[in-house]
Amino acid sequence: MAEAETIHDVIQPAAAHAHAPSMAAHHHGPPTGFIRKYIFSVDHKVIGIQYLLLAMAAVLVGMLLSVLMRMNLTWPGTAWPLLEILFPIGAKGGVMTPEFYLSLVTMHGTMMVFFVLTTAPQGGFGNYFLPIQIGAEDMAFPTLNMLSFWVTFVGFVALIAAAFVEGGGPTGGWTGYPTLNAIGGKLNVPGMGSAQNLWWNGQNLWIISIAIFCVASLLGALNFITTLLNMRTRGMSLMRMPLTCWSWFTTAILALLAFPVLLAAGVLLFLDRTADTSFFVPGGLSDGTRVLTEHNGGSPILWQHLFWFFGHPEVYIAILPGMGVTSHVLSTFARKPVFGYRAMVFAMFAIGLLGFFVWGHHMFLSGMSPYTGMAFSVLTLTIGVPSAIKTFNWIGTLWGGRIRFTTPMLFAIGFVSLFVAGGVTGIVLGQTSLDLSMHDTYFVLGHFHLVMGVAAIFGMFAGTYFWFPKMFGRMMSERLGKIHFWPTFIGVYAIFIPFHIMGIVGMPRRYASFEEYEFLRVLDPVVLFVTIAVIITVAAQFLFWYNFFWSIWKGEPAGDNPWEATTLEWSTSSPPPHDNFGGRVLTVYRGPYEFAVPGAPDDYVMQTTPDAAEENQSPLVQGGSEISGNGHNGHKH
Amino acid sequence: MAAGPGAVTVTRPVTPTRTARFGGNGPSGSNGGGSGGDRRGGGGQDWTPDRYRIGMWAAIGSILMLFTALTSAYIVRAGLPGSNDWQPITMPPLVWVSTALIIASSFTIVASRKALARDEMTGYERWLWVTLLLGVGFIGMQLLAWRQLVGQGVYLASNPHSSFFYVMTGLHGLHILGGVLALAFMVLRVRRQRGTSAGQGIDPKRRVATDVLGIYWHFMDGLWVYLLLLLILWR
Repeated sequence: MAEAETIHDVIQPAAAHAHAPSMAAHHHGPPTGFIRKYIFSVDHKVIGIQYLLLAMAAVLVGMLLSVLMRMNLTWPGTAWPLLEILFPIGAKGGVMTPEFYLSLVTMHGTMMVFFVLTTAPQGGFGNYFLPIQIGAEDMAFPTLNMLSFWVTFVGFVALIAAAFVEGGGPTGGWTGYPTLNAIGGKLNVPGMGSAQNLWWNGQNLWIISIAIFCVASLLGALNFITTLLNMRTRGMSLMRMPLTCWSWFTTAILALLAFPVLLAAGVLLFLDRTADTSFFVPGGLSDGTRVLTEHNGGSPILWQHLFWFFGHPEVYIAILPGMGVTSHVLSTFARKPVFGYRAMVFAMFAIGLLGFFVWGHHMFLSGMSPYTGMAFSVLTLTIGVPSAIKTFNWIGTLWGGRIRFTTPMLFAIGFVSLFVAGGVTGIVLGQTSLDLSMHDTYFVLGHFHLVMGVAAIFGMFAGTYFWFPKMFGRMMSERLGKIHFWPTFIGVYAIFIPFHIMGIVGMPRRYASFEEYEFLRVLDPVVLFVTIAVIITVAAQFLFWYNFFWSIWKGEPAGDNPWEATTLEWSTSSPPPHDNFGGRVLTVYRGPYEFAVPGAPDDYVMQTTPDAAEENQSPLVQGGSEISGNGHNGHKH
Repeated sequence: MAAGPGAVTVTRPVTPTRTARFGGNGPSGSNGGGSGGDRRGGGGQDWTPDRYRIGMWAAIGSILMLFTALTSAYIVRAGLPGSNDWQPITMPPLVWVSTALIIASSFTIVASRKALARDEMTGYERWLWVTLLLGVGFIGMQLLAWRQLVGQGVYLASNPHSSFFYVMTGLHGLHILGGVLALAFMVLRVRRQRGTSAGQGIDPKRRVATDVLGIYWHFMDGLWVYLLLLLILWR
């Protein structure tokens, strides 16, 4: 330390501390071979992009699956010749079987929740930008980081494989509820194996895939937490971190505590399926001809408790990084500090904490004491408070700003809109009495697709448009971006608002078709409308892909700081060099969102900008802090 | 926590007032400063949250959640109303041997750490070996205990209590296996280093690794005792 303390420079050559023992992992030059550079890379930036590409592949699959589902719901019994080529058994003659529809539901949910909503915001953007935003050269454990990506990839392959094994894809839904899931194989339920083939079937591969994913997420979460606590650069105190870093940190804590529970539950379910244990298999279960287990009783509800103890934090794992990105982008393009920075941090932690105590609201109809239901209900509604704080502060950030309506800004505002629209129905569903009639209907689908699905996706879009210049050194086309935004924004509402109506009418989720339900015929035009909206919205996404890949090679050169933003990722070149700052160690002098500081030459002051001759001008600087100081830097006395 | 975290001292010549104010107070200021110091050389007089230690505690947190989930499943399953298939198994006697081994190994790993602190590489290596052998012995005993149970005719699917016994010992055993592999790796490193870098002092990374592995090993030891008590007492 003695050596470091004598160094006065803002920028200090890395070589000066190259011998530092704890830094040994980072003093390697950039790798040269293709495989070390792009495939098994330990560079967090490459790994981040790998995660993003994986999520893009997964979202493409998941999206096409949803189109297939809509096709079957709208035109049941129609033959689609192309389908038969891909799925000769599930869609014999091109007509989707109900079981095939169920496997579409399962694959869509699993793909989206795990391999899109969990990987892209955290594994993708978090990996790329967390180290840069805190001024680190890499993650704390680069090799572990590489491992977590490739383990995730193996999980992805296992899930894809699950769709193509003998007997068809998994049909248990992304929640994998027993009893059917536990003994489906013995009943020859499609996708769950058969008496002859208890091992290699879709549902088992689904569990294996999820278990692998759990392990990968745990490794990733451990890395994130350590990096954030240990690798911040000089002057980067916790309360000077961008809100994105806070969101990745909270998410990592949630992942660290939630995924082990799913892993444990998955192990037990797997044993129930393959080794005749009865953790979740109730006693005296019979398929009509014979008693299926000799045991006297496990509990399918036990699975639900374990699953949702993971499952509810999981939805915050999906949405919190989106909240971080939204705060970050809103502040940047409103040219204003984040309103109530400190409150934003606490609200995020409050959401994360409360997320562990509300899992029961997924199980109101599984049979629980009314008192338990009431407790879960009250706790659930409590989440509305920190959520409202966040929404209020987003609006406060926008209020009176000189807003630049760039594409990332549009998506960030879209996030706020979707989060509110999806969130308010959470208040409806969180009440036991209302949930009685809404449970397992399209109302629930509308709710969670808006709030955790599409809102999180909008967070990712905002992040992609915002950080693309940093990641690839070129701008994405603003024009195409805006053309992408409007059909997407209107489209998702056109899809999911009708879902609520369908749910209120009583349309149950996960049904392959509603032909036999007279009372739902009245919804036929709505169903058709939604399907058309889906097709248009999905088509619009190809604009995004086109824009993305076109801009990588053909976009306008971006420069280091195209958005005139303040945080550390904009203090380095685009794309950043292998060690992020080219051997420099940055010093951070201020909070992350110092926009519109009175007296400053520009309307933004970067975190790395020292106070010029601060002794003389300190009243001015302090004045700036007072004015923009609605707690946003949190360091004043 | 030592006073005057790195950032304060480091940057004082540049921004005396602001840095002192920003870097040195608030609930988190000292963290930021401390880690700033760590990046420039780590350890020493400043309080620096060490990355390996943080990583290990995070890992322990998640392992704890894994077994918490299993415990809650265990308790719920044991007390499930209307279910009468729970038949407590007789503990195979060998679990007592394995328990003795793992408790002993906690002491030997402390001994190796103390030897390292005194820079006694021979003692360090010896106690590491002993710990490794005890760890391997533990796994062997657990497997033999499974054999004993099988000998009694108690299998994985025999009844919920036996299912939980196999699952918990199995998952715990896998974690011990991980620790044993880490121990083996460290022992091999000592052997290799002995040839090359004699007299050059001890790599600080080795101290951290030994510390961190010690934390893990004690945790696994405690976890086993806890699981055993759970399986015996809550039936």
